[in-house]
Amino acid sequence: MYDAGKIIPGLIIFLILITFPLWYSLGQSAPVLGYQVETPEIEQLEEKECVESVSYMRASHMRLLDDWRNEVVRNSRRTYINNAGKTYEISLEATCFGCHTNKADFCDTCHSSLNVEPDCWNCHSEPKESQL
Amino acid sequence: MGLKASLIIVLSLVALASAGAGVSFFQPLLAVVIPYMVLAVFLVGLCWRVFKWAQAPVPFRIPTTAGQQKSFSWLKANKLDNPSNTAGVIGRMLLEILLFRSLFRNTKAELRKGPKLTYGWEKWLWLAGLLFHWSFLVVAIRHLRFFIQPIPALVRFTEGLDGFLQLGLPTVYITDVLLVLAVTYLFLRRIVIPQLRYISLPADYFPLLMILGIAFSGITMRYFLRVDLGAVKEFAVSLAMFSPKVPEGIGAVFYVHLFLVSVLFIYFSFSKLMHMGGVFLSPTRNLANNNRAKRHINPWNYPVDVHSYAEYEMEFGNKMKGAGLPLEKEEQ
Repeated sequence: MYDAGKIIPGLIIFLILITFPLWYSLGQSAPVLGYQVETPEIEQLEEKECVESVSYMRASHMRLLDDWRNEVVRNSRRTYINNAGKTYEISLEATCFGCHTNKADFCDTCHSSLNVEPDCWNCHSEPKESQL
Repeated sequence: MGLKASLIIVLSLVALASAGAGVSFFQPLLAVVIPYMVLAVFLVGLCWRVFKWAQAPVPFRIPTTAGQQKSFSWLKANKLDNPSNTAGVIGRMLLEILLFRSLFRNTKAELRKGPKLTYGWEKWLWLAGLLFHWSFLVVAIRHLRFFIQPIPALVRFTEGLDGFLQLGLPTVYITDVLLVLAVTYLFLRRIVIPQLRYISLPADYFPLLMILGIAFSGITMRYFLRVDLGAVKEFAVSLAMFSPKVPEGIGAVFYVHLFLVSVLFIYFSFSKLMHMGGVFLSPTRNLANNNRAKRHINPWNYPVDVHSYAEYEMEFGNKMKGAGLPLEKEEQ
């Protein structure tokens, strides 16, 4: 092997950089991910269901909220009919926060673990936190 | 021919992954077994290729010289294009690796109106190549947000910068657009320009189509079909911490994306994609042009018994003198 003095250190530096996600969390316990759904308000509900299905909300809630904002702000329509034909009032503070009062555990944990910074709170006030 | 074959292979990979995504038997295979296998093959294969290259001696320095060599003190030397020392070589390599400087010199040769060959401006290949590679790097850094908790500041900063246009929801990443445009250009030029089409092989089309496939599946997943990112993060973290959990409830498009990335990286060390390592070992770039200043001895030289002229004069000097021949020793 020629130029081992340059090639081997170069290769080692490359391997260290490329395996960064593998050794970065070595020795640490698995991080707590995910979110907390349960709130006192949800406990009291008879039918525990959101505006749309859970799988749709998990993947696409941001689009729903964006559509809601456009409906209200641009078209001044305040009712939303979901896939199942049920009617909801379009309101973040009344409809969403009526049940999801735990912003820190429901919104923020996922958003911060995925580096998402939604600008909901530029206009809306945060829901009052209630403890279980 | 190569184009059709490559396209068929990429499309079958997409079909394979989207079919397998719905079958519970194939999910652990696609999500866990194949990625770990790919990681091993990629790392071992890459090192193996570099070691293999390192077996080849470079006895004589063959740097391309695109400027004045270091010479008299009153002749201005071009330190970057004709480096005479290590500092110059490092500068040249940095410009080559970070800015693709030799590609910037690319020209277009044309027979325009008759027998005269003309050389024209051609920077599009350099521009598209640079945009594509840098975009790919930024995309790779952005993806670290899925594998690591907490997310390092550099990753957060990169993602913030990339999404700073704040267009749409989820925000459009600038590099997503640039990458697709650049790779599309790189792909189309191979089809549209007849000379390039003539020299293009399946090994040229396949990586480009794979990268396009990866980009399109990623873009579809982010902007159109949308998947549960919380589940993606849980899966990616578990994979990085070597306690893999097969993800549940993520759509087929995620499996397509992951599988295409897997195939590209298992293909990596067997293909021209190895230019990632190879660029560092280019003898026309990474050697100082000091052939005249320093003696470089061929490592496999057979030891030859030389009899220099000075030794010859020492041995036969008297006889030469007797015969009236001039001697170098006395001239000085």
